[in-house]
Amino acid sequence: MNEGKMVTIYVMGKKQIVPADLTIMKAIEYAGYQFKRGAGCRGGFCGACASVYRKRGSYKLQGALACQKIVEDGMIITQIPFSPNEKKTYNINELKADASTFLEYYPEITRCLACNTCTKSCPQDIMVMDYVQAAIRGDIALTAKLSFDCIGCGLCAMRCPAEIVPFNIGQLARRLESKYVEGPTEHVLKRCEEVKEGKFDSEISELMIMDKKILTNKYNNRELRIK
Amino acid sequence: MKLAYYPGCTLKTTGKSFETSALESAKVLGLELVEPSRWNCCGTVHSLVKDDVMHHLAPIRNLLRIEQMQASGRIDEKRVVTLCAMCYNTLKRSNNVFNNNSDLARKVGENFENETSNYSGGVTVEHLLETIRSLGWSLVKDKVKKPLAGLKVAPYYGCLLLRPRGIGIDDADNPHVMEDLLTALGADVVNFPFKLKCCGSYHTVEMKEVVADLSHRILKQAEEAGAEIVATACPLCEFNLGDRQILVQKKYATFKSIPVVYFTQLTALAFGLEQATSFDENKPDPKPLLKDKGLIKGDLK
Repeated sequence: MNEGKMVTIYVMGKKQIVPADLTIMKAIEYAGYQFKRGAGCRGGFCGACASVYRKRGSYKLQGALACQKIVEDGMIITQIPFSPNEKKTYNINELKADASTFLEYYPEITRCLACNTCTKSCPQDIMVMDYVQAAIRGDIALTAKLSFDCIGCGLCAMRCPAEIVPFNIGQLARRLESKYVEGPTEHVLKRCEEVKEGKFDSEISELMIMDKKILTNKYNNRELRIK
Repeated sequence: MKLAYYPGCTLKTTGKSFETSALESAKVLGLELVEPSRWNCCGTVHSLVKDDVMHHLAPIRNLLRIEQMQASGRIDEKRVVTLCAMCYNTLKRSNNVFNNNSDLARKVGENFENETSNYSGGVTVEHLLETIRSLGWSLVKDKVKKPLAGLKVAPYYGCLLLRPRGIGIDDADNPHVMEDLLTALGADVVNFPFKLKCCGSYHTVEMKEVVADLSHRILKQAEEAGAEIVATACPLCEFNLGDRQILVQKKYATFKSIPVVYFTQLTALAFGLEQATSFDENKPDPKPLLKDKGLIKGDLK
């Protein structure tokens, strides 16, 4: 629909004129850059291409995934390819499924001011603040449910004035949920057993040496669970 | 009557017995307490700094949720019932600041840009004790199935239900709402001079000794006045007066122990809702005393 139309964007301050129908990621590549970090699946799933931008004339700082967001005229963009955080090490088998676990590993969650900045920054439209708050009161099921679509891009953690790393909280909650609240489901246990028994070993070996063209074709025509 | 009920984090973690006993007792009085589908921490401690917009976002956002509940017909009136004394204090005071400081109210509103509506200021914040009082003590009396006859209860208010003056649920120097309730439940109310003294609050985290000293002073007074059990309306007071008794006993060899429970647990007990009392969660254990008084049978959860 924007065929032939060009827009002006600013990549780390440098003006670029790019086709209007490109994603931020493709526009940056169009401008001549090559990604060494900050690009992953290119499908909106991996969270590697977190980006922030302002538009000319607006004070608002907005978050987006570079591989998903289509460029707009006047965007001033930079990527946040990595968000520093300390991911705690724990043994899931030794944890308690209640609020005390969140407080033990991530005590800073009680600093949450409910300002909602995290929610505003989330490119996945997740109610981040609501799930951090649910974790504070030990509601593991709600934390897991609300954070389910999190891809760990890190934008919430970069914007939180209380310096909380919400995506760590969500991940811990989902682990606790599947271990203690929901319990391991039968199909997962069955599949784990199959993997252990080597049921898929020969298929994997075949794929590893497959001709790239055949592999591409196989991928594009794979069976999808959600159509 | 359907009223909004704001639980707060503690009632979902270490203060579950407060919530269970309150919700079940409220039902007997014809109150359906409805929890908001979305809520956050109350803000915990009220900010005294005049331009501290950030610390008002949490309490005001909760009040906005109450307003949204009323708009969607989930509750009958634009008011919210609280149980935790700290939540009551924080929500009530922030509401007052919001309504009396238009500049702050505007700034709070600007931070609510991704909410579907803005807060109007119109929610009434009240404590369950106020709600019950407004229904009338005779209604409470009518619902009593097992009067707490012979149980000598010292009501303990602490700070946050009564102070600062003007936001309290009762007279700041001579409150009697808890006495009135306990009397209606058939208990022998013990008046003691330290019922308004501070329990030490959050000093319990870093300065446990201070809390042990303060708790000892309060509990000793209650005992000397003839109390067998202390009733409170705050999870932090319950912890400081109850769980901290282990430290009190270490510091003060002559001090034995006295059970500390929520006023709602005694209400549930008097209403014949034994299963909702959750006395197992209190430290020290109030069950031996209550068994002795013939108020509970045996294996209660």
